[in-house]
Amino acid sequence: MSQPNRPLSPHLGVYRWQISNTLSIVHRLTGVMLSLGAVVFTVWLVALAGGPDAYLGVVGVLRSPLGVLALAGWTLCFFYHLCNGIRHLCWDAGLGFEIAQARASGKAVVAAAVVLTTAFWLVVLTGSGS
Amino acid sequence: MEMRSPMGRALGLGSARSGFGHWWGQRLSAAALVLLGLWFAVSVLGLVSTDYWAVAAWAGEPLHAILLVLFLGTLLYHSSLGIQVVIEDYVHGPVAHVAALVVNRFVHVVLAVAGAWSVIALSAGGQA
Repeated sequence: MSQPNRPLSPHLGVYRWQISNTLSIVHRLTGVMLSLGAVVFTVWLVALAGGPDAYLGVVGVLRSPLGVLALAGWTLCFFYHLCNGIRHLCWDAGLGFEIAQARASGKAVVAAAVVLTTAFWLVVLTGSGS
Repeated sequence: MEMRSPMGRALGLGSARSGFGHWWGQRLSAAALVLLGLWFAVSVLGLVSTDYWAVAAWAGEPLHAILLVLFLGTLLYHSSLGIQVVIEDYVHGPVAHVAALVVNRFVHVVLAVAGAWSVIALSAGGQA
């Protein structure tokens, strides 16, 4: 039954660590983190419908030092997963498959995620006045 | 190169059956989330310095309520597909595997219904 000429998955023990597989793993990790973020987003919406007391309780947790740290982490996960997701959609359309292109787009995705996260928090911290 | 097994060929099974729905749903929701996610991120920037009443009024406006439900629903659909793949890859054992897949779907549907109800309640103007 077995067909020895089928392509094999890379054997992780002998697979050289490089930017492409690192970014792939980070894509999955940030996706799992964002699923947790979706739970918090839903809790926030339910609290908003629940009234001021419930809302301020949730916002109080989110504005605590640990809460802000988590929100900053989620922002980075969001922008990374967004940018790298667009990279994946380009691949699905058949674009950017050359190794040099894939490495360049990978670096661009990391840079864009850091820049967008920094810009987002600059607006939050300077614009909120609190 | 022939990629299909003899059994798969005999049964007429292969790609582009049930697996395609998952793959396509993930891509379609990803494309929608690019737009909805950016809309939500920009919206949050406008809401961080406002109080409860301003946020509640914002969420209850028809356009915002519709986009919030679309964003939440698409986000949770995309999330359920992604977590499903992670479970299929890492959770082994017949009972744990199926249990994790069922819990994954249940949790995502509960979150979607709770979130959508909240937005509808806000849109209707009253607190719950």
